[in-house]
Amino acid sequence: MSSIGTGYDLSASQFSPDGRVFQVEYAIKAVDNSSTAIGIRGKNGVVFAVENLVTSKLYEKGANKRIFSLDTHVGMAMGGLLSDARCLVDIARTEAANYRSQYGSPIPIKYLTDRVSMYMHGYTLYSAIRPFGCSIILGSYEDGQPSMYMLDPSGVPWGYYGIAIGKARQAAKTEIEKLNMQEMTCEELVKEAAKIIHIVHDEVKDKTFELELSWVGDMTKGRHQLVPDDIKAEAEKYAKESLAESDESEDEDMA
Amino acid sequence: MAVEFDGGVVVGADSRTTTGSYIANRVTDKLTKVADYIYCCRSGSAADTQAVSDIVSYHLDFLQSETQEPPLVRTAAHLFKGMCYQYRDQLSAGIICAGWDKKDGGQVYSIPIGGMCVQQPFAIGGSGSTYIYGYVDSVFKTGMTQEECMKFVTNSLALAMMRDGSSGGVIRLAIITQKGVERKVIVGSDIPRFYEG
Repeated sequence: MSSIGTGYDLSASQFSPDGRVFQVEYAIKAVDNSSTAIGIRGKNGVVFAVENLVTSKLYEKGANKRIFSLDTHVGMAMGGLLSDARCLVDIARTEAANYRSQYGSPIPIKYLTDRVSMYMHGYTLYSAIRPFGCSIILGSYEDGQPSMYMLDPSGVPWGYYGIAIGKARQAAKTEIEKLNMQEMTCEELVKEAAKIIHIVHDEVKDKTFELELSWVGDMTKGRHQLVPDDIKAEAEKYAKESLAESDESEDEDMA
Repeated sequence: MAVEFDGGVVVGADSRTTTGSYIANRVTDKLTKVADYIYCCRSGSAADTQAVSDIVSYHLDFLQSETQEPPLVRTAAHLFKGMCYQYRDQLSAGIICAGWDKKDGGQVYSIPIGGMCVQQPFAIGGSGSTYIYGYVDSVFKTGMTQEECMKFVTNSLALAMMRDGSSGGVIRLAIITQKGVERKVIVGSDIPRFYEG
């Protein structure tokens, strides 16, 4: 599907005759080309999983992470242009720190989402600057209640129970929809998230990848952290075994 | 003065404002609302404290519109602290910020001159407070009921008003709980009397 802007797509300050801002739509395409990231909101917290493609064996392991902490209690996963997202991380961290300093409490995620979305939207109004080429997923656990929001390059925030962004988002979305996530704990969802990333990863087009897993919830006492190595190893083992099982069952059917 | 109890706070103050030795207002309301469930007791320069509490009230109102929730007492106290500390050289304001919120219940924060902010089970302030430090320390105990807190505040204020020339008039109380704010005034012979010489 390619839509030609024919002159109305040169700057974000112009509408097209059918009411679209093409620059923002092109920015969304940039996100669609990046590798997959998913977020799942469970009963007692939020889990992020990112498929971090390794394009060279020479890269240091764990370089260019795509999951960030914006404050002790808020985490963020991204899809799209990494450097654009890093800029937003800085903005969000400053916003969260200033709120804490001024009001004496950790920033509520809804408030932070509002602020970041207003900022991203600002970049869709002028011809001199381009919109952010990244979608960001924010997650937090406040007063016993998990929350997750996704902001796309237009700046619009939506609250989600499950979200997938990037090249395999359709497949990931299908898998996420199979889960009854509102009844599941993060300990269970961490395994499911790892499994989904392994399922949607395209072995042919993209070779190796590093799985990034993080969570925030009851089990981390409200702090956003990368999932500990032992739990991550278990989750990956579950993912690979489930994948092997489904491969086997496919072979049987064919036989 | 403000005292915290399980379920809310009792806030009280006298009603005398002086310019020198002239009593400019003998029925002042020193208990100022900054949010539906948060009040502050003002002492020091009336102009300074009114200006600061107006600004804090505006900020809290704005925050409430943005978050769609009543503000936390801690937030109000931090806003007071921020302003009192930043402008400490120009202000003469001693504030006690007290109220109720859903998260932490009844809380009392003391923000004396200079701009420090500390949460306490009870706080006293103003010129008359110097005369009752011994009294409040000897009488206060944790776990008091709402009625006991009201008696405590009334007695303490009565004693301070009797000894301090800059304090007097009537006793104004505000009881802030989940149900809302209840205002009371204690006048004339209803004010408790102690040893009068």
